[in-house]
Amino acid sequence: MSSVLILGAASDMARAIARAYAKQGRPVILAARDPGRLEADVADLGVRGGSARAVAFDVLDTAGHGAFLDSLGELPGTIICVVGFMGDQTASERGLAAAELVMRTNYIGPAAVMAEAANRMAVRGSGVLVGISSVAGERGRARNYVYGSAKAGFTAFLSGLRQRLAQAGSPVRVITVLPGFVRTSAIAGMATPAPLTAEPREVADAILKAERGGNETIYVRPIWRLVMAIIRALPEPLFKKMKL
Amino acid sequence: MMLSGWGRYPRADCRVLAPRGEAGLRAVLAQETSLIARGNGRSYGDPALNPRATLTLRQTDRLLGFDPATGMLEAEAGVLLPDIIETFLPRGWFVPVTPGTKFVTLGGMIAADVHGKNHHCAGSFGDHVESLELMLADGRLLRCSPTENRELFDATRGGMGLTGVIRSVRIRMLKVESAWIRQETLKTRNLAQTMDGFEASRGWTYSVAWIDCLAVGKKLGRALLYRGEHARPEELATDKRAQPFAVPPRRPKTVPFDFPGFALNRWSVTAFNALYYAMGRSGTAIVDYDSYFYPLDAMQDWNRIYGRGGFVQYQCVLPKAASREGLVDMLGRVARAGNGSFLSVLKLLGPGRGMLSFPLEGYTLALDFPATPQTFALLRELDAIVAAHGGRVYLAKDARTDAAALRKGYDGLDAFEAARREADPFRKFSSLQSERLGL
Repeated sequence: MSSVLILGAASDMARAIARAYAKQGRPVILAARDPGRLEADVADLGVRGGSARAVAFDVLDTAGHGAFLDSLGELPGTIICVVGFMGDQTASERGLAAAELVMRTNYIGPAAVMAEAANRMAVRGSGVLVGISSVAGERGRARNYVYGSAKAGFTAFLSGLRQRLAQAGSPVRVITVLPGFVRTSAIAGMATPAPLTAEPREVADAILKAERGGNETIYVRPIWRLVMAIIRALPEPLFKKMKL
Repeated sequence: MMLSGWGRYPRADCRVLAPRGEAGLRAVLAQETSLIARGNGRSYGDPALNPRATLTLRQTDRLLGFDPATGMLEAEAGVLLPDIIETFLPRGWFVPVTPGTKFVTLGGMIAADVHGKNHHCAGSFGDHVESLELMLADGRLLRCSPTENRELFDATRGGMGLTGVIRSVRIRMLKVESAWIRQETLKTRNLAQTMDGFEASRGWTYSVAWIDCLAVGKKLGRALLYRGEHARPEELATDKRAQPFAVPPRRPKTVPFDFPGFALNRWSVTAFNALYYAMGRSGTAIVDYDSYFYPLDAMQDWNRIYGRGGFVQYQCVLPKAASREGLVDMLGRVARAGNGSFLSVLKLLGPGRGMLSFPLEGYTLALDFPATPQTFALLRELDAIVAAHGGRVYLAKDARTDAAALRKGYDGLDAFEAARREADPFRKFSSLQSERLGL
């Protein structure tokens, strides 16, 4: 079974994804800035009957991405980028430094590592790339548009990459995941609507399903496709007045 | 955000925090003056509610180690029971004690010191805990066990989260030979027969009775007593023997909306109880573990049948010598009040340990009622009966009892308070329940 590389593995969502892959018998490589924080996760996957190891990866160190991928030994069959950083919208509005960190973490870094991975997979002639983007990238909103704009960039990048590989006749697949609300510690204090809120495990199941075939841009809960279609279609004068 | 326990009464607007990792938890403890840890929110009333700060620890859910030679499992406190069962039952291990729902965390099971259908022979969950890591109010992380920091261990099991935050746990799992239970049903005609049935079932690992709480007169206390044993492979149907741990997946049904308040009334509940009793048959069957231990989990959100106002569960235990008299008194009172419950459960418990831990040797009765003024009046009467017979109420189910009843019922309360004073002198750990009970 080919291995799975999970970038940004310290999050609750990444943990659920890692467990789902381990359950399929796929060896899992967990990558995060501080791999020491992943020790318990490596143990967890082992107790569950899987095999896992932790490696250091800094999404902001774009120059090192190629070397990072080459250091893994064999190129993993599936690479999933779960990296995400909401940042503080108000801080992002006040200073470019804060905004730039959000943009680099959610767009430049993830796009850079996916590009490196795509080129290697294209040469090999197989592989699956999965990018966790966000519905926040579908229309910029006052409350999180810096984050949203970076995710919009990442979504567009994945879309273009997918088309390029397809037109080159490569079997490498690119999957874009738009999770919507997910019940992780990040939104623990927020009362999100239950029908729109997925468990981390649902994200993992949706990715496994997409990897087997079918749709390559997936909303974890299908209702989000409708919700976002409506939000995108709202006329600007109305949208400006809404608190979304 | 608005939170409640499983009974959906009371509700409170709580500030929810989700600290990440040991350092995150320590930082929150340094910052906050009043907080409580919350697992999966399956206690019924208000023990996992603190408007100032309620910590959600569901995401601290890693399995840290397992020794297949001894069955020792080490795991973080936020791990849910289904996660443990799905991981270990196929390897021949089951949890040593399980409550009537599997949607609970390890930490929650210790905080409530839950008991199961095997309490008479296995004790409560805390009896199977080798050790636990507890973070105290001042951020210290202490290992507690029956041999190390024993006072704190005894105060923490059943301590409703008031001694600290449980970080991780080591428990001894139970070796089983299949995922199936050999169940025997006894249909009894009155309370004397029901109690005789429990006495006659002492040799069985599991026993519990559903009791018709609206039957009166000679039928008072009639019940369906279910006793069970982990089935051995040779007891299974021939097509199941080869894979004794494979069980059919269960598709949970859901209650799609809140029932209106009038849906549960004297007539519908009486009819349900009479029908359920009439349908029951004495006999033996092989049932899968899910159906045996967690029949209500098959109906997700079943708490919605009591409507938006929520419900309260009343669970008490009476010392054995006083059980018969007390049960007759209580069941009579409930039947007269007429707002009986769908689900009335009776069980014979063994001796208990711990300071605020619920079990003591005798009969425990659990009843559900809609959260109405009539119910609260009835439960005050039941509290008086319980007190008069030297019993106590279960804090994991409680949403409404008072400090006096607590003090009367729990003889370990002084020891608990002493242990807590030492661990948390400023009562940083506090919930709506602990405030109500003067803890």
